[in-house]
Amino acid sequence: MISMTKKRFREKTLPAAIMVGPVTLWLILLVAVPLIYILVMSFCSIDEFYNVTFHFTVDNYKHLADASYIKIYVQSLVIALLTTVICILVAYPFTYIIARTKSRFKSLLYMLVIIPFWTNSLIRIYGWKSFLGTSGWLNSVLMKLHIISQPLDLLFKQGTTVFGMVYCLFPFMVLPLYTAIGKLDSTLLEASSDLGAKGWKTFLTVVLPLTASGIFSGCIMVFIPCLGYFFVSNILGGGNSDVIGNLIERQFKSGNNWPLGAALSIILIVITLVLVKLYQKTGGDMDSLGV
Amino acid sequence: MKNAIVDIKDVNKIYGTNHVVKDLNLQVEEGEFLTLLGSSGCGKTTTLRMIAGFEEPTTGSIKVEGEPIEDKEPYERNVNTVFQSYALFPHMTIFDNVAYGLRMKKVPKKEIKERVLEMLEMVQLAGFEKRYPSQLSGGQKQRVAIARALINRPKVLLLDEPLGALDLKLRKQMQLELKRLQKKLNITFIYVTHDQEEALTMSDRIAIMHDGVMDQIGSPTEIYERPATKFVATFIGETNVFDGTIRSIENGRAVVSIENGEITSSGSVEEGVEKNTGFAVNEFVTVSVRPEKMHFSPEPVDGFNVPAMVKDYIYVGSVIKCIAVLPNGNEIKMEKLAGEELPAIGEKIFICWVPEDAVLIHSLDNRFYQSMENIKLA
Repeated sequence: MISMTKKRFREKTLPAAIMVGPVTLWLILLVAVPLIYILVMSFCSIDEFYNVTFHFTVDNYKHLADASYIKIYVQSLVIALLTTVICILVAYPFTYIIARTKSRFKSLLYMLVIIPFWTNSLIRIYGWKSFLGTSGWLNSVLMKLHIISQPLDLLFKQGTTVFGMVYCLFPFMVLPLYTAIGKLDSTLLEASSDLGAKGWKTFLTVVLPLTASGIFSGCIMVFIPCLGYFFVSNILGGGNSDVIGNLIERQFKSGNNWPLGAALSIILIVITLVLVKLYQKTGGDMDSLGV
Repeated sequence: MKNAIVDIKDVNKIYGTNHVVKDLNLQVEEGEFLTLLGSSGCGKTTTLRMIAGFEEPTTGSIKVEGEPIEDKEPYERNVNTVFQSYALFPHMTIFDNVAYGLRMKKVPKKEIKERVLEMLEMVQLAGFEKRYPSQLSGGQKQRVAIARALINRPKVLLLDEPLGALDLKLRKQMQLELKRLQKKLNITFIYVTHDQEEALTMSDRIAIMHDGVMDQIGSPTEIYERPATKFVATFIGETNVFDGTIRSIENGRAVVSIENGEITSSGSVEEGVEKNTGFAVNEFVTVSVRPEKMHFSPEPVDGFNVPAMVKDYIYVGSVIKCIAVLPNGNEIKMEKLAGEELPAIGEKIFICWVPEDAVLIHSLDNRFYQSMENIKLA
């Protein structure tokens, strides 16, 4: 009997433990523990020297309803919404073309979207800053060409932040769209045209509904990171277009109020979960989110 | 000939270096069931797609109801298609799928409902309107595809191997049903298939395509009994073919010398509407004889001196298939009724047939002759 359990352990349990163990350990150490730490932290308070003390309080959550914070939540949502809408409008036609072209440049076009993705986005955003600045490339070239006489004031506006967000998150919209549009059976388009639908009608009644899942997952993958990409608004927005991510960063760094930062993080996580749940409820495919 | 509802004139289709359809001329009569028959890659689907307007002919013209279709978009034509893969819209109910064409034509809602329900009734799918395509079996999907294409009351219905994905039993049943629908609605059907039996069962006329060329067009009987080319003879049903040269044509008999001796067919020099007419002495021909027309005798009969050896018998119910080998190793097939006296396996026999039962086929078709002449001229 004992040898049976030993054998079972050797043949079933041990290999399973070896395979699943490291991942479990990884998830516990790097995901579960920090999350619990943040959750506990959000109920802690700080003393007069800004040290975190384990004194239970819900004050941090009460602070979240401050008018100045609410203004930034709204601003965050506006920026994220704008970014998402612009991403859809630009990415959809673009992806439609590269996903359905029979050209041999198809994979090249696709790579053009993916390659910038391999460079750190922080570096790329700094690049845009020096490109768009008053003494940057764009302005000096335009002035040399006498198209403008004074440098354009392009930086530190909400629009610049949205631009940077669109730039950073564009591939996240393209990837799920590419999958959805690529799956579209072209005989369905022929059938629609055969039955009397004009091009735009086919788009509305067949193409759009059948690629909606791609649009939804693209929206989730753009909207949610947008709320947290503080470095984009830091570098390009110059403090005029903060997102929730900026609030969190500030509490952990200059504000030195870790419990409040933790509470803000929890709020961000809750917003994310609600949106993902909503996505799932509307029939979204969890696989295409990569989760 | 009645009115040609589809008129295909000198159509060629070339993809890059691939000449898919060659000099196609085809008139489809109003109300007929025409089948384009051929093995895969013969250009039959491309032809259908050109009539549907999904592909443009490289040269030539296609007219539907007397009007050239080149200037019209697919949605402007009185032609609908049933696709091989059904192409049902997966996100719409059966009702919405069938109603699609009417909605695009802005038919009033009430009428749409009436017509869709009537059409579903006709294809025996009443009560399925709220389901989605994924909830249907292959045969049911096929019916929806047919209903969806027929609801626009097209003048011509194009069907691209619509039964290809169904199992044999269902296919037989759908064949009869399609034929019934076609008769009832009196719509011209152009049907693409590679299944010769299907073509023979359903069609008024069959057009046989081979390598982008239409070899022959005619009624199933014509095609079966008077194949115009060797390809048609071997493609439709079972047959025995002998290649040879005409030695003489006298008194309505053509004597053909083949590798293994001499055989005889009916034949005449004058061109006529009858088969085996318009042949010349010394012409290369193929002689086709169906297995059920083949006979044997212990001694050579007048006009035949080809020996063979009985190799095997296969019993298939009421008929017995006999396989015999010619001296050059070619096998021939005969069909005998059970109960007939048969030679033993290994016995030497002489093959023969009633000369009128053989079909003479020009070995080199006219097209080839023409190109040969051109080469000579050049």
